[in-house]
Amino acid sequence: MNITVKFFASLREQTGKSDTSISSSEALTVSQAWQQASGLDEMPENTLCAINMEYVSSDTPLTDGDELAFFPPVTGG
Amino acid sequence: MIELRDSEFDPLYELAEFQKTLSHGKYGACCNFIGSMRDFNEGDDVSQMTLEHYPGMTEKFLQKICDEANEKWPLLDCLIIHRVGDINPNDSIVLTAAWSAHRDASFAACRYLIEELKHRAPFWKKENTTEGERWVSENTKASDEGV
Repeated sequence: MNITVKFFASLREQTGKSDTSISSSEALTVSQAWQQASGLDEMPENTLCAINMEYVSSDTPLTDGDELAFFPPVTGG
Repeated sequence: MIELRDSEFDPLYELAEFQKTLSHGKYGACCNFIGSMRDFNEGDDVSQMTLEHYPGMTEKFLQKICDEANEKWPLLDCLIIHRVGDINPNDSIVLTAAWSAHRDASFAACRYLIEELKHRAPFWKKENTTEGERWVSENTKASDEGV
């Protein structure tokens, strides 16, 4: 499967990436995709995850073609 | 209606202009919240701020908050305008407003819009302070007082 991965704010700076893509012959969850895409070991505490622009938990399975995003706690308003 | 702006906006002008589009005589209450940029935070002077967002998800999420408010209370309409990009002290950052026939729904919905936005909408602030640049780590929790 092919997954587009986006990092925002402090996670974009920590990973040095804003957009990347990963491919896998096996099924992946969000946290497994983090390890493959980020180049970092642990997902920082409080990291928020979204698939196709909807919030999900880190154990959610991915589907081919998904857009996956990782970002820190939100601070708008 | 929801809108992102990459330049300064006048929230009171926007409020008045949007209200002209609503059915006259149908609303009896409008509550609004305007958030603006301070020149201090956590003990440091802040000279400028950058607001990052997730294009696509941010707009979708703001619309979802408006839809939820419309389901929870009998509203005529909701308005959210939010800045993105570089922001200077005293600039308006956010406007939320809710129109209804009576005040209870308007007060409650306006509070709901800003609290949901602050805790769930994908925006991130980076401050330029006397100590250098830093990401704001978390929004403060809402106080129960006055709710």
